[in-house]
Amino acid sequence: MSILARNLTKTFGAYTALRDVSVEIPEGRLVALLGPSGSGKTTLLRIIAGLEFADPGSGRIDFHGADVTDVPAGKRGVGFVFQHYALFKHMTVAENIAFGLTVRPRAERPDRAAIDARVKELLKLIQLDDLGARYPAQLSGGQRQRIALARALAVQPKVLLLDEPFGALDARVRKELRRWLRHFQREIGVTTLFVTHDQEEALELADEVVVMNNAKIEQVGTPQEVYDRPASPFVIEFLGNVNRFATKANPLPGAGSDVLYVRPHDVDILREYHGEHGVRVRVQHVFSAGNTGRVALIRVDNGDPLDAELSRVRLAELNLSAGDDAWVVFRHIRLFPAGGFTERDVAAEDASPAVADPGQGI
Amino acid sequence: MSRSHRSVIPGFGLSLGLTLTYLSLIVLLPLSAAFIKTLGMSWDDFWTAVASPRVVASYRISFLASLAAASVNCVFGLIVAWVLVRYPFPGRRIVDALVDLPFALPTAVAGIALTALYAPNGWIGSLAAPYGVKIAFTEVGIFIALTFIGLPFVVRTLQPIIEELEPEFEEASASLGANRWQTLRRVIFPQLVPALLTGFAMAFARALGEYGSVVFISGNMPMRTEITPLLIITKLEQYDYAGATAIAVVMLGASFLMLLVINLLQKWSRRHHAV
Repeated sequence: MSILARNLTKTFGAYTALRDVSVEIPEGRLVALLGPSGSGKTTLLRIIAGLEFADPGSGRIDFHGADVTDVPAGKRGVGFVFQHYALFKHMTVAENIAFGLTVRPRAERPDRAAIDARVKELLKLIQLDDLGARYPAQLSGGQRQRIALARALAVQPKVLLLDEPFGALDARVRKELRRWLRHFQREIGVTTLFVTHDQEEALELADEVVVMNNAKIEQVGTPQEVYDRPASPFVIEFLGNVNRFATKANPLPGAGSDVLYVRPHDVDILREYHGEHGVRVRVQHVFSAGNTGRVALIRVDNGDPLDAELSRVRLAELNLSAGDDAWVVFRHIRLFPAGGFTERDVAAEDASPAVADPGQGI
Repeated sequence: MSRSHRSVIPGFGLSLGLTLTYLSLIVLLPLSAAFIKTLGMSWDDFWTAVASPRVVASYRISFLASLAAASVNCVFGLIVAWVLVRYPFPGRRIVDALVDLPFALPTAVAGIALTALYAPNGWIGSLAAPYGVKIAFTEVGIFIALTFIGLPFVVRTLQPIIEELEPEFEEASASLGANRWQTLRRVIFPQLVPALLTGFAMAFARALGEYGSVVFISGNMPMRTEITPLLIITKLEQYDYAGATAIAVVMLGASFLMLLVINLLQKWSRRHHAV
């Protein structure tokens, strides 16, 4: 089931949660709504679910071409998983999972045996076969999350919506559940939309990422697209660490003060450099624990801080220690001109030294 | 105290001692006085005092009217508490304050006011009188007085629980296709049951012991509208202290039993909530 949301605006009093947002979710995809808190991502999810409605007169939501804008949540055929699971405490796990089936009107309700069979099947699917008779309070966070998922799936929703599904779990369980969800979504193929503020989670899990900021969508694309070709300074800053430089002398004709971005892993450190594009730096600190080596640097000319990320082998070769002087060169630079110009991908124009000369530009 | 027994929360010994002393002085001592007083009676005297037809009739009216009043308060108290918590409306703070009035009002004042309203020549009583319905000076009058004084107990125990109900549960229920009635009955209500039972127990216990507001409106007709606390007072006025305490002991025993049952019910209804 594809989802099409058009021109949604949502205000809560004086606060605008969504400003004229449109997005399309293709059928069968696993899509992340990524953004900082307050960016409107949860509001968008809740409007798609029918738990919230866009401002009167604004926008429209289609599920597979059918208008569902005014259809309440229970009739949209969506499964919603809440951040804190919202499992019914006074019901057993099996009763929780069966809930959506048992509240159906008598004519549509499966008989007892069919419901029991469905519950059993779902318990197997979430690998908690033996826990049907337990109460939610007796289970761990990861188990509760999976039960919430099974409860949402019991009614065979056409769309699965998850609000910060891993937010309340510890790092190890989160990783495990993430992998499980990905596998699981592939298997059942239901269109799935999840909200997260964790860029790593979005990039790792989703087929497509919708980056949101300040009540608007900044960019939609595959994880690789949004990471490698960010559409705005916000996207590049939100997706992973980045070094940011404001340029004084602008290499591009006609612009004001631009902003240049370099990912730490695109910074190379050299002991000796004789070319034109190097920047003189001093080593502040070397972080050698972890799977890559990180070096905190400052520029000698203006004192700006700068981070570099190198392989541990390379780091060992360089044998840097705090206080050493070195050179850095940038393998890849991204430039966002100031003053509302459309973004230009400097990296794509690397061939032209007039544009991509970092030694001069920054 | 040895080092290994030291707790991060100090003062257990002192505070427990204080608690026991205080409870003994305020609760246990007067209660045991009643028991000791009755111990001086012979079994036959005791039996005549507590099982005479007039006394038995008073137990009946006291328990039934209290039960009915507490039950009605559970229904309407739940609605009042729900409205006060869930819906912002102009004057909500004033309505909220009104709920406490039965707590604050001297019970005799309440009794007189209710009697004036429901007597055959009162505002409400005069409306019912043409149909041959009498409210004041009947069992219905007693029931009304007991409902009046019991309401705040139910509302005030439910309010904090309703405030803590996460809207997520209702949303989860709705997104799974439940209609409002199903959500109320299967998701919300079970979460309120423990508090509702507490409210019921308190309203019931209060109604059983209520005297001031009832004696005016009940008319105190022997065998019909005489409540047990009134009989106790009557006995006291006749200097029949032993007889009065004997009835009191029966009331105590019955109340204790009721509260015990309600507590067990509550424990049972709460069994899944402990994490």
